[in-house]
Amino acid sequence: MIPVDESRRKFLGTTAAAAGALALGPGVMLYSYAEAKAGSGAGERTIRWGMLVDTTKCASGCTACVDACNTEHNIAPAKLPTDVQWIRKVELKDERTGAVHSMPVMCQHCAEPPCVDVCPTGASFKRADGIVMVDRHTCIGCRYCMMACPYKARSFVHEPTTNKSSVAPRGKGCVESCTMCVHRVDKGGTPACVEACSDAGHRAIIFGDLNDPNSEIAKRVKAATTTQLRADLRTDNGVRYQGL
Amino acid sequence: MAATPRPAPPANLFPTAGVEPRGFWALAIAAAVVLLLALGAFHYLEEVGHVATGMGNEVVWGLPHVFAIFLIVTASGALNVASVSSVFGVKAYKPGAALSALLALALLVGGLMILVLDLGRPERLVVAATHYNFKSIFAWNMILYNGFLAIVAVYAVMSLERRWQKISAPVGVLAFVWRIILTTGTGSIFGFLIARPGYASAVIAPLFIALSLAWGMAVFILVKEAVCHWYGVPVSEEMRVRLRRLLGIFVATGLYLAAVHHLTNLYWARQTEFERFFLLDGGLYTVLFWGGFVLLGSVVPLLLTLLPRFNSPRALLWACWAVVEGAFAFLYSFIIAGQAFPMDLFPGYEVRSGFRDGVVAPYLPRLPEFLLGMGGVALAFLVALVAIRLFKVVPRDEMPAVEVK
Amino acid sequence: MAAPALAKPPVLDKAKGEKCVEETSVMRKRHMDFLKHQRDDTVHGGIRGAKHSLAGCVECHANARDGAVLGSSQHFCQGCHEYAAVKLDCFDCHTSHTKSAQASQKRGVPR
Repeated sequence: MIPVDESRRKFLGTTAAAAGALALGPGVMLYSYAEAKAGSGAGERTIRWGMLVDTTKCASGCTACVDACNTEHNIAPAKLPTDVQWIRKVELKDERTGAVHSMPVMCQHCAEPPCVDVCPTGASFKRADGIVMVDRHTCIGCRYCMMACPYKARSFVHEPTTNKSSVAPRGKGCVESCTMCVHRVDKGGTPACVEACSDAGHRAIIFGDLNDPNSEIAKRVKAATTTQLRADLRTDNGVRYQGL
Repeated sequence: MAATPRPAPPANLFPTAGVEPRGFWALAIAAAVVLLLALGAFHYLEEVGHVATGMGNEVVWGLPHVFAIFLIVTASGALNVASVSSVFGVKAYKPGAALSALLALALLVGGLMILVLDLGRPERLVVAATHYNFKSIFAWNMILYNGFLAIVAVYAVMSLERRWQKISAPVGVLAFVWRIILTTGTGSIFGFLIARPGYASAVIAPLFIALSLAWGMAVFILVKEAVCHWYGVPVSEEMRVRLRRLLGIFVATGLYLAAVHHLTNLYWARQTEFERFFLLDGGLYTVLFWGGFVLLGSVVPLLLTLLPRFNSPRALLWACWAVVEGAFAFLYSFIIAGQAFPMDLFPGYEVRSGFRDGVVAPYLPRLPEFLLGMGGVALAFLVALVAIRLFKVVPRDEMPAVEVK
Repeated sequence: MAAPALAKPPVLDKAKGEKCVEETSVMRKRHMDFLKHQRDDTVHGGIRGAKHSLAGCVECHANARDGAVLGSSQHFCQGCHEYAAVKLDCFDCHTSHTKSAQASQKRGVPR
């Protein structure tokens, strides 16, 4: 009954937000839910979480982001085509000039995600703050989203999982992908890969709200030329690349 | 034909009465064994996961889907004879209408079973039934499949019951429209995949419709000949010629649309990489497409059905067999190659990664997925077999003299 | 997982704390509804930290020795679900151990 709740919540949310905005004046918005303690990012309709990958800073051969992701979500390093991988390092060589680039590729958190369009049950969905994820409670494991994803960002859990993590519940038979570390973001944190990249001294990935003009990511996207992978598909990715 | 207060039927009206088809139980048991093996494979996959299959994170749909889509597309085509009878009102096709409808039901049930058993969480089928994403063509297909089953079931009952045969035409029309939409939906499952050069095309939907016409006709002819042979009912030569000609036309249409699909792809620079792979360098996929679909599945049946010198019952059976073989070759190359070919995320760059970016993904089917696929065929076979015997669905072609009315 | 032979109410691990987030009678009947409701809020709405959380169940109801709600017919979730003959699949994906139990468990290779 998710759709019913959602629309009701949206309606209530819009009404409350409008009333609040009127009462509090412009620039001040309060948004809360009866049962929620922590402030929720997903409720904020103005937020669009995104990442900017600076390929000039990303070091070839460095896998700090991949390792951090694996540790965070209890994923074993991928070797076989059946192994799960949420983020991967890609090495590029320009066919004409020979210029090389290195960078991570993960779920691009599209504004128009093909995986969400094709999912028969609506398990593949986009949160109000732009994060694209799979609701494993309603995923039936048909893998159509993996067929539709232009970025090869999704994995199917081919085996039973052991040693389960409290932050990233995952199990056999469902499709999964990068959640932009939603469990951290909802608590005001930063995705594990971003943190690891920074700890490794590269600062090649930055995370933030693309819709907030004062955020670092928004300023960078404004100042420099950035690209979205497969921009021809007009999926409007939340992950952008610089220096490509 | 029959008046309402029914007179005692003349002896020759029910030539199948009392005929006990030979080998019924042997066939039924054989099919049941294959079905049980498939259920065993399903249980095994439930325990260990899809790691026991050849499918992975690149080739996510494999052999089970080849079987499933063959059965689903063919189910729509198996309805050909019923459509010609009810929609276009051609009397000669009427005796085959019931078999046509039952066959369509059986094939679809078999195909759906495979799709369901291959799910990662098949026990959540109820979720699929209660949570619909109406933007998903897959969700639409679930409605289309169920609608097809319901409509064709009603049609089948009507065409089996003499009293209702007269009013079955509107249901036949509905079934015809529905099957066209159904196969449009099946084709669009692939056609809507914008990111994959092997699939993204509006031609896929009409291509699938054309293929369904051919494949369904081939399977129908094979089943009809078998059933008539089984019950010792003669097949009219006139009818054979008609079906043969139709089969030829359908095969030609399928081949034509497949050609259009690849030619349009060749026209766009960004698609030529894929076409080079598929048509020239794809190894097994290339062989299956050219040798399996084009040569065996299209050229051979075209020669056998359209050249007068091959006008024999045996040649017709060979043509049908070739069409079915070609169907599997087509689907295997279409479904697997479309996924195995790497997506081009970075045009103009050479790509390397620990996740097989830029390389053709491997796929080697393994026993459990083959058994799943065979299980769908076995279920379709079993359903058809039991239904044919239970309802004595034997198409008795009326001789040309009787046909005129 | 052998079910008890007789329909005797199961003897389950005692919970920590004084009382549950709802009345016991209400929880018995409706805990799945609470969990489901909050799960949708959390997954889709990003609302975290509300009171009807599965992790919350585990923290209070885990076995004192191994910190788990599964493992034997005495363990809280498993014991009652066996008794009621209801399939329990939360822990196909979610952890059945408390945070502290997990920390001490995390010696092997994570998977």
